[in-house]
Amino acid sequence: MKLIIIVLSAIFVNNFVLSRFLGICPFLGVSKKVETALGMGIAVTFVMALASVMTWIVQIAILVPLKIEYMQTIAFILVIAGLVQFVEMVMKKTSPTLYQALGVYLPLITTNCAVLGVAILNIESKFNIMETLLNGIGGALGFTLAIVLFAGIRERMELAPYPKSLEGFPIALITASLLSIAFLGFSGLL
Amino acid sequence: MKLWKDFSNGIIKENPTFRLVLGTCPTMAVTTAVFNGLGMGIAVIAVLICSNLIISLINKIVPNEVRIPIYVVVIATFVSAVEMLIKAFSPALDSALGIFIPLIVVNCIILARAESFASKNPPLNSIMDGLGMGVGFTLALVFMSGVRELLGAGTFLNMPIFGAGFEPALILILPPGGFLVYGLAIALFNKLIVKKA
Repeated sequence: MKLIIIVLSAIFVNNFVLSRFLGICPFLGVSKKVETALGMGIAVTFVMALASVMTWIVQIAILVPLKIEYMQTIAFILVIAGLVQFVEMVMKKTSPTLYQALGVYLPLITTNCAVLGVAILNIESKFNIMETLLNGIGGALGFTLAIVLFAGIRERMELAPYPKSLEGFPIALITASLLSIAFLGFSGLL
Repeated sequence: MKLWKDFSNGIIKENPTFRLVLGTCPTMAVTTAVFNGLGMGIAVIAVLICSNLIISLINKIVPNEVRIPIYVVVIATFVSAVEMLIKAFSPALDSALGIFIPLIVVNCIILARAESFASKNPPLNSIMDGLGMGVGFTLALVFMSGVRELLGAGTFLNMPIFGAGFEPALILILPPGGFLVYGLAIALFNKLIVKKA
């Protein structure tokens, strides 16, 4: 039961993008088309699930026994950077079209704060390995849901008239604000 | 004169928050109160100056292929130091900013300046660039948190500003308010400042 609550909470109630403000850069950058948004979501899901587990193991097996928890930030970012490199190589081999579409945003997953954020949150919440994995997957699914919904709205907005000052980022942020208000509705769910 | 130009570049012309739209996560997450925004800004200034200085000093000995991991390690080192200092001297700020202190590592402003400025310029210019970008970021955060705290809670630096009859618009300190204020602030910045320049 607790596991289901963790997943639901990560997807809807504490949505990483819309209520925790993690991973805003790709959310704004790769959300012009639903297809690339979905690709980004899948890549992030993969990296986040792996990163959650790997960083948890690093914390429990290396940092805590050696009493060097203050090295957490450095250790985690290195693990994540390595993982992203790995995913990039796999994707280049298996799906060149998706690799092309994600372009510069793939290496940028390293600096996607959602990935480092989930790793630190897992440790702070004192999750065990199963909860850590589910929190990572749930958080990433929440990210995917938000970015795909947002891309769908933005595709339609292309045709809508709005004031010149709002072109580009401002209108995107205001759209995101409305989406975030919708997600506030989930706050009574759990 | 060149130094002054490097400094002022980050404040208006290339303001990291409103012009380059970098480091968006902390911009929206911590600006619920002016105290938090200011604290975050100062932490970023410290990290940005130190990392720009070190990266500018070591850029000749760093092999090009592995520069990004090396920059990230340099940045992470300073972030850890700042994190420990905040924990020791201001526990209130530490609990208010929470995980966004370690997340300064992945604040794109810092890596972007390392890559596009500090790796190509001498140390003194890099320090000025870091200071300018940091101040630009801090001013943007203070502006946004000022608006949000004033309208969303009716206070400024925790001091009540309006009388008891003021009904604060709570939505502005909730997550949607972050997106809304940021969007409108960029629009305002573009309208007022960029047009003139």
